[in-house]
Amino acid sequence: MSDYVIQAEGLSKKYMIGHQIGMRYGTLRDAIVESLRRVGQGALRVVGPSTASLDPRREEVWALKDVSFEVKQGERLGVIGRNGAGKSTLLKILSRITDPTRGRVALRGRVASLLEVGTGFHPELTGRENIFLNGAVLGMSKAEIKRKFDEIVAFSEVERFLDTPLKRYSSGMQVRLAFAVAAHLEPEILVVDEVLAVGDYAFQKKSLGKMREVAQGGRTVIFVSHDMGAINTFCEKGMLLHNGSIVTAGNASEVVARYLEGADRLYTPIRSVFRDYGEFRLIAATVLQNEVPTAAVNSRLPFTIEIQYEIVKVVPDARLSVFFRNQKGEAVFSTCDFDDATEEALNRQTGRFISRVTVPPKFLKTGAIFGTVVFDVRFTRVVFAEPDLLRLEVFDPECPPYSETHDRPGIVAPILSWEITRVEGSRDEREAGWEGRLTHSMQRVQE
Amino acid sequence: MNSNTLVIEAGRTDREYWKDLWRYRELFYFLAWRDVLVRYKQAVLGVAWSVIRPLLTMLVFTVIFGRWAKLPSYGVPYPLLVLAAMLPWQLFINAIQEGSNSLVNNTSMITKVYFPRLIAPASSVAVAVVDFLISVVLMVFFMAWYRVVPGVRLLTIPFFAVLAVMASLGATSWLSALTVKYRDVRFVVPFMVQFGMYASPVAFSSRIVPERWRLLYSFNPMVGIIEGFRWAILGQGAVINGTIILFSIGGVTALLASGIWYFRRTERTFADII
Repeated sequence: MSDYVIQAEGLSKKYMIGHQIGMRYGTLRDAIVESLRRVGQGALRVVGPSTASLDPRREEVWALKDVSFEVKQGERLGVIGRNGAGKSTLLKILSRITDPTRGRVALRGRVASLLEVGTGFHPELTGRENIFLNGAVLGMSKAEIKRKFDEIVAFSEVERFLDTPLKRYSSGMQVRLAFAVAAHLEPEILVVDEVLAVGDYAFQKKSLGKMREVAQGGRTVIFVSHDMGAINTFCEKGMLLHNGSIVTAGNASEVVARYLEGADRLYTPIRSVFRDYGEFRLIAATVLQNEVPTAAVNSRLPFTIEIQYEIVKVVPDARLSVFFRNQKGEAVFSTCDFDDATEEALNRQTGRFISRVTVPPKFLKTGAIFGTVVFDVRFTRVVFAEPDLLRLEVFDPECPPYSETHDRPGIVAPILSWEITRVEGSRDEREAGWEGRLTHSMQRVQE
Repeated sequence: MNSNTLVIEAGRTDREYWKDLWRYRELFYFLAWRDVLVRYKQAVLGVAWSVIRPLLTMLVFTVIFGRWAKLPSYGVPYPLLVLAAMLPWQLFINAIQEGSNSLVNNTSMITKVYFPRLIAPASSVAVAVVDFLISVVLMVFFMAWYRVVPGVRLLTIPFFAVLAVMASLGATSWLSALTVKYRDVRFVVPFMVQFGMYASPVAFSSRIVPERWRLLYSFNPMVGIIEGFRWAILGQGAVINGTIILFSIGGVTALLASGIWYFRRTERTFADII
């Protein structure tokens, strides 16, 4: 008896899209024949078998091609891919909203889908009424909704407005209410489609936290998202779809890295740039972790930046540096090979070089960072600069996204050890000691 | 919590469908509740509308057909003749007018959530039943006014009411499914209603239909239902016999069976084409 809760074999989905082609009527006879044919087709279409595929004006599009996979109980699978890869279609099939054209999938357990928040919401009804309506639409029984009603209201933070019509709510409030209902679903299998990208930052944090709670209850979750950070920290397994087929599947971080590498060269560990500035020629820039080129970097481990270049003409006092900025444009840190002031750096001759620098672990915050590679003479001139040459996604596998560590003020999030020691001595002595210090500092203030 | 295996397969009819309809019965109540609530919240007239509509229609028909055209009512006050017919007729047309749009009006639910889609037109029929019950109160009032006391035949009303509901469900299933595929069906519905109004004995008694047309006329399932209501409530003025009732039952059954058949057939494509 396998413990797979989802087993999909050869799932495929075909859509027919229509093309409008202008009809030319040569003669009246043709026109009449054409309209009669269309009437006949029309009548046949209503009750007869579908002949749509025979019509040359319609084209077949395969949204999913032969997708097979298995998910164990309690596993969290992240489905990623570009827009149009087939992720939403797959979710729709798993949610029984649409039927597969070929293939089958076996589901063991109740499935609840979150493909949109606020499905079924009606603006004329009050918040309270909409909670019941939305809950029923999502598949919760009336008793279940009643039981969780207070929790839902508390989560949504709209208690004061519970009896006002929904049309009076701000969009943020509507979203919070919708998500609050959805967050309290307790199915065996939960299918979620990018709905967490709603609401403000604090709410997103709460939502992801709640989802984590749901998942930790032994539930199986299928999660589609474009937020690689969320996928990396929330899912154990990943599946990458492209043009309807599975490109790769396996551990979430590997699949994410693969996606980032392929996605339009937006994220790439290796950039072959061949920029020739006369004096400096950049050949390649790579980011490695565990000696493997990657674009998704585990913040708990060190990673190495490797730059291959050629010095064509000696530039005295020139140094190679990398400046990192984050998504908001803030400078995170920069490092330069003069910092260590080695002989090779200070006296660079002509020839090909590889420069490597290792960034320490437990230092960077999660999120996207962009590295600019610069070869310049300090305060004098820039010989070479390639902005945002390196693009990395930093993730922390031990913390959920938006965890407190990465939420603190600061552009970096070093994980430092604290030392705590007890101070000896009797209570009175200690108190005297404190008082002494207190009086002392108060005196200084008064002076 | 049930954990049995569900298999979704291409081309496989869902044996679970009828069980699902039962499992999702709460959603059915909620959708009907929502539609009723919304109507009553939107306007003051909302509540009154359920009374005004049959009342006004009754008045207009009584004046035009009863007074001016002087159509006979065979021993029954004309208003009562009309009102008794209005009960099942309004049920039918309210159901199909709201119900034909029930799927396209809930596009977001169809494309984002699973539920047995038959619930959507069924909840429209439920809302029409609520209106029907309000009209019954109106009927009681008018019968008291005219001092007409119903006989023991009144006990057969549930039978005719069930027929009316079945007819409504059948027609709504057809129309809602057709509207998803061919949006212009929604323009056909008002025409059908107009036509049906005169093809059915709503404003007049069936007795005015000439003998040679009577048989063809009886093929309309609403004839049997309407005359049935009249017979059960008023005792007089109804034109009913076993044949007409049989035609009604047959017509309604065919309508319901074919409606559900067509609906189920096209249901799997709703999310793709809506």
